[in-house]
Amino acid sequence: MQLDEHLFRREAGRMVATLARIFGVHNLALAEDVVQDAFCRALEVWKFRGAPENPSAWLMATAKNRALDILRRERTALIFAPELTRWLESEWTLRPTVDEFFLPNAIKDDQLRMMFSCCHPRLPEEAQVALVLHILCGFSVDEIAGAFVSNHSAIEKRISRSKKVLAGSKRLFEIADAADFSARLPSVHRALYLLFNEGYHGASAESAVRAELCQEAVRLSAMLFDHPLAAVPATYALSAMMCLHAARLPARLDASGNLSALADQDRSKWDPTLIAEGRRLLDLSATGDELTEYHIEAAIAAVHASAPRVEETDWAQIVALYDTLMKLRPSPVVALNRAIAIAHREGPERGLEEIRAIANVERLSSYPFYFAALGELELRSGHREIARTHFREALAHARNSMERRFLEQRVTACEPITAAPSRTSHKRKVKQMH
Amino acid sequence: MSEFVFLYRNELPAAPPSPEQMQQTMQKWMTWMKDMGEKGQLKSPGHPLERTGKVVKGKQKSVTDGPFTESKDIVGGYSLVEAKDIAQAVEISLGCPIFENGGMVEVRPVMKM
Repeated sequence: MQLDEHLFRREAGRMVATLARIFGVHNLALAEDVVQDAFCRALEVWKFRGAPENPSAWLMATAKNRALDILRRERTALIFAPELTRWLESEWTLRPTVDEFFLPNAIKDDQLRMMFSCCHPRLPEEAQVALVLHILCGFSVDEIAGAFVSNHSAIEKRISRSKKVLAGSKRLFEIADAADFSARLPSVHRALYLLFNEGYHGASAESAVRAELCQEAVRLSAMLFDHPLAAVPATYALSAMMCLHAARLPARLDASGNLSALADQDRSKWDPTLIAEGRRLLDLSATGDELTEYHIEAAIAAVHASAPRVEETDWAQIVALYDTLMKLRPSPVVALNRAIAIAHREGPERGLEEIRAIANVERLSSYPFYFAALGELELRSGHREIARTHFREALAHARNSMERRFLEQRVTACEPITAAPSRTSHKRKVKQMH
Repeated sequence: MSEFVFLYRNELPAAPPSPEQMQQTMQKWMTWMKDMGEKGQLKSPGHPLERTGKVVKGKQKSVTDGPFTESKDIVGGYSLVEAKDIAQAVEISLGCPIFENGGMVEVRPVMKM
């Protein structure tokens, strides 16, 4: 029997959220032990008996029984969730109380509580993201370090420090309070957005790892809009943006496993289901008068998704959307993307002009795709030598072997002989269409 | 055909594996067991054993917590395998995923009576 992909990882998040709710967030470590225990038991028993019909119910029941043992044995020694004390004290109420917390809807709410708790204002954004991945998505420290291309001890420190803040917060975030909920929601959006970006634009060379981060971000945002208080336009916009971008993931590597730029991607590989879901969510996001950066980014992705070929892209609309995004959330990366869109519409010289005008451009000084964009536009302007210098600079900043291979090809494309045929064939294709 | 007991021996890892790693280990075990079953080599999948218990020994019949918690190779479970001879039984044991995590399989012929 084949288990669902990442079943354990996901169940880890569900179990720990529920257990931390019952034990109290200050006993997070105890909750994690119980989860580990449930997995060890599953490993031993399923090895010999095969997986049960409903593996997640089996794991949950195991965790619940272990929790009941602990609650009975330790109730004089430990303080559990303070608001539950009176229910956990007597045998009469213990079982029904715990049973209730293990109902599907309660588990869902507990995951949301945990998600909001992880986005504690006292934690820096990158710590929130790591904590969400660790607690709710079941990633180990090593797996997070791998995904973030960071070293083990840095991530370990970040997570243990964050856990201390979380455990010190007395109780989990209360999602029933509408005012608190709305106040914390933007931080949650931001953390999920960063999680998605880590997958989509991150430095990891493993495309599988990156796709998993994107999937997790999509899954957690769907959990958000399932809750009435979080089903707001910004949540829909964020989810729409994720779906529309994730739809392109299968085309990001070409047949020989090399990175493929948006313009060169085989668009037939874009995932039509995710595009449709993205559009549906984008429609739902347009219900209020709130306009967030997620709306704009989703809209830009939707414009790309509507172009069956790169030549049919509505660049004017994309430039206009980047203009709005620059007003809402200006950043050098946004400015760079805007410049690239302008180059598509008005030619490479105009694009280069815009790149030269980027404010705080020094923040892009180690970003390989800044230099790659300069190289691309110089190459299109016919300045092969300058283009090659830029691509070499980009190559020096490449973050993994995949980026290195891609940029090496671009350096080679600056040689007069190899670059010429691809240009002409490209033009011929355009002509054929008209 | 002869019968063999596979004793699975390993120690608990120092750092707990991640959920993803545990799932992968699990998947490999299930595949291996299923494979033995389909080939008619598995007389009985056997049982896992708890890692805690008691050890009773000596004339005094002293009872201590065990089994030998300091030992690196606690028996974690056993299966009953059918093979033509010990060589084939060993051959079958080679597919066991336990080796990936530093464990071992003890292959013991069941005595014919």
